[in-house]
Amino acid sequence: MKLTKGKINELLTQPGCEHNHKKEGEGKNKSCTQQAQPGSAQGGCAFDGASIALVPITDAAHLVHGSIACSGNTWGSRGSLSSGPNTYKMGFTTDLSENDVIFGGEKKLYQAIGQLITRYHPAAVFVYSTCVTALIGDDLDAVCKAASNKFETPIVPVHAPGFVGSKNLGNRLGGEALLDYVVGTREPEYTTPYDINLIGEYNIAGEMWGVIPLLEKAGFRVLSKITGDARYNEVCYAHRAKLNVMICSKALINMATAMKERYDIPFIEESFYGVADMNRCLRNIAAFFGDAALQERVENLIEEQTLKLDIALAPYRQRLEGKRMVLYTGGVKSWSIVSAAQDLGIEVVATSTKKSTEEDKARIKQLLGQDGIMLEKGSPEELLRVIEKTKADLLVAGGRNQYTALKARIPFLDVNQERHHPYAGYVGMVEMARELDEAVHSPIWRQVRQAAPWEIWQQEHESLLHLEAE
Amino acid sequence: MTTILSPNKSLSVNPLKMSQPLGAALAFLGLKGMMPLFHGAQGCTAFAKVVLVRHFRESIPLSTTAMTEVSTILGGEDHVEQAILTIVDKYKPQVIGLLTTGLTETRGDDMGGILQVIRERNPKLNNLPIIFVSTPDYKGSLQDGYTAAIESIVSTDYGSFTPDQPLMASVGMQPQVTILCSSSLSPGDVEELKAIVEGFGLTPIMIPDLSRSLDGHLEDNPHTVTTGGTTLTQLQQLNRSCFTLAVGESMRKAAQILEQRFGTKYEVFSRLAGLDGVDAFLWRLSQIITSRCDHHFPIIPNIPAYLQRQRRQLQDTILDTHFYFGGKKVVLALEPDLLHQTAWLLNSMGAKIQGAVTTTKSPLLEDLPIETVIIGDLEDLEDLAVGCDLVITNSHGGPIAKRLHAPLYRMGYPVFDQLGNGQRCLVGYRGTMQFLFDVGNILLEEEVKHSPCSSTYVNS
Ligand code: SF4
Repeated sequence: MKLTKGKINELLTQPGCEHNHKKEGEGKNKSCTQQAQPGSAQGGCAFDGASIALVPITDAAHLVHGSIACSGNTWGSRGSLSSGPNTYKMGFTTDLSENDVIFGGEKKLYQAIGQLITRYHPAAVFVYSTCVTALIGDDLDAVCKAASNKFETPIVPVHAPGFVGSKNLGNRLGGEALLDYVVGTREPEYTTPYDINLIGEYNIAGEMWGVIPLLEKAGFRVLSKITGDARYNEVCYAHRAKLNVMICSKALINMATAMKERYDIPFIEESFYGVADMNRCLRNIAAFFGDAALQERVENLIEEQTLKLDIALAPYRQRLEGKRMVLYTGGVKSWSIVSAAQDLGIEVVATSTKKSTEEDKARIKQLLGQDGIMLEKGSPEELLRVIEKTKADLLVAGGRNQYTALKARIPFLDVNQERHHPYAGYVGMVEMARELDEAVHSPIWRQVRQAAPWEIWQQEHESLLHLEAE
Repeated sequence: MTTILSPNKSLSVNPLKMSQPLGAALAFLGLKGMMPLFHGAQGCTAFAKVVLVRHFRESIPLSTTAMTEVSTILGGEDHVEQAILTIVDKYKPQVIGLLTTGLTETRGDDMGGILQVIRERNPKLNNLPIIFVSTPDYKGSLQDGYTAAIESIVSTDYGSFTPDQPLMASVGMQPQVTILCSSSLSPGDVEELKAIVEGFGLTPIMIPDLSRSLDGHLEDNPHTVTTGGTTLTQLQQLNRSCFTLAVGESMRKAAQILEQRFGTKYEVFSRLAGLDGVDAFLWRLSQIITSRCDHHFPIIPNIPAYLQRQRRQLQDTILDTHFYFGGKKVVLALEPDLLHQTAWLLNSMGAKIQGAVTTTKSPLLEDLPIETVIIGDLEDLEDLAVGCDLVITNSHGGPIAKRLHAPLYRMGYPVFDQLGNGQRCLVGYRGTMQFLFDVGNILLEEEVKHSPCSSTYVNS
């Protein structure tokens, strides 16, 4: 795949993406193309996005072709877990020097691939272009092709240099690489009538492991995970699934739409967060297959799980009832977590609509009701203002806002990438409830808000002085 | 003399090195009211931010010019200007640290020219120092970027900027010294260093002062630029220092710049941990004091009593801990300054340096207690480490140490799986004791674990 303007535009204006459905003209693909503003932007780059999408393939090597910034500062820091191989956790880079920048890095890349395969025998190698290598014009495709023939290992070029755009676009560019080089290249050992793929779930903190047993118990078979805890092989034969289930993210929407076009695999979009969503997810998959026995099994499973969950959640519900929460996270997660929190009796007083589609926003409105505040932009100052105004008891957001809350002495829970505890599925609900409870009721809050005795004395003294003066 | 190997591999596996811009940003963060600005695509900034946030567990102010494909082709001038103006409006910094990345260096923007044009177009920036440093990702390492930023900080003329507080009319009674702090010093180290210097009755100006910005403390108002660090006023008073103490060989050139500009004499201390290193430093401090005394009277070097006491404590610590260090085989992967200091300290305790890996060139590398040192990555470390008793490197060493069945002691950047990195102090007599206890305890535990009697206990 060559990276052309046309290709990028196509990715930004995915027909299946609701960011585009409901908007015309000017605002059309605003949400996807949203470029970082000089001086205020903080987000990751396209390379970042592509690696988030692909690195969870655990038996592959991920080789970053660029200067040390792209790999040296980031390798091994993703929270996606593996049940087996750990090749994906290693940092591989060509670590370009000034000479390579001047004379081109193709030869070095070819040698690097050779060395990597000889010593580490990965199932496949993903090679990522970055700003510098894209700028000096290294021909990634040619090198990968030559090396692939020579070393008899699949080598996948990933064209997502940082400067082409945001993390979100990078996710899709990662998906493109899978579509172009991986999906459809091998066949599964066997198939079942209930084969599904999970798309866009990266097994952060092992979340997937709370859900897959449920799916299996219901009678579905997860053929390929794209890409959480995936093996290279399973992505290769993903084209044999009967249904694609997109999880909580439109990041890989291009994969779902392309697989529909190419292999006639329909897709549905689901979420694993919260009881209502988890139930809906199971029912929707069962409904797709339209098998009465399957549907019955799903109903039984839901009944059994929700009953268990009710008992497990009861003590937390009591302690969390009426607490006020400000939520700041992107996209689908904004409403799916709203419903999870409401399950626990928490009042969500404000939430973000950054990255949300029109449909997401409508859902949020319905869930939050009249007084709910929808935050378009969430600078730290803005977030703090809203927290103060709504007298919220805690902030739930991504790690980037952690210190916004903590420095303002406000309880905080991380719901994004960097978190260490799984919140998905029924088991995840209990985990989330436990952590919300711990965050809100920790004995530390009194201490960090408490003034020193001499400060209190001073305050009192001042008011005394004040009185005397009057 | 140590032989330096730089294998020039095509493939770097498990990099030890981090990029120059990250280092430069770290140095900048030691100035008060600072907003570091990366000139490059936005990912570089986001990554640097993540690394620093995870290491210090603090909010880290960083900003980007957010270069795109189009602006990369056409030139980044507009983006630099827009970024600076936005930062000034939104965050009201007292100083901006502007640094380049691989992308903008490959393009070859003329930053000096660009800055001049921006200043001409925007008179409202007249009173805002913008410290510029060139830090291509494809050269050097974190230590180099950090060093380059310090050199820019001490080269900048702050004369025309009005400081936040007026200059003190009279020179204080206490002689002032400039302390250049290399990237091997944590905020906790800087704090200790400052306390030592103050203990002698000297007024230190720390360049940079991470102990006021990244030490982890709560402020009453949430902030968006650094709330502490070296102030503009202090930078303007650099010429009043009677001496420069450069801590870390990488600070030598910055010390020379100060000598050229203000005639300030300097001394470089390549080690500030271990008895000899600290002794030499304290001796110099006492010399600075005595050189200012009235020489008609007998001059007695006056080392603060608490430090003399600490010295005896350290000697006792050395005695108590040396059993566990003697003959132990240690491998290290650290940046040059930190490598030098740590390797000699271990050597002075009777440990054997089995292998050493570092990130970048330095004259210190020729003087290590080992025959060869590799400029390389953690794959090199792993190859050297077979059979070792202890691994010392950053948090990425975790899986490696596990594979080698050896314990890991974390040092350098990044350390993301350990708390308290901001306040950790490993220099001075006190810091040396801390290091000896920390590492000694690890080695002691290993000994107990592997001693034949412990397994009998377990079995019985
Ligand atoms: S913006 Fe470019 S140079 Fe920076 S991390 Fe992303 S790909 Fe690498």
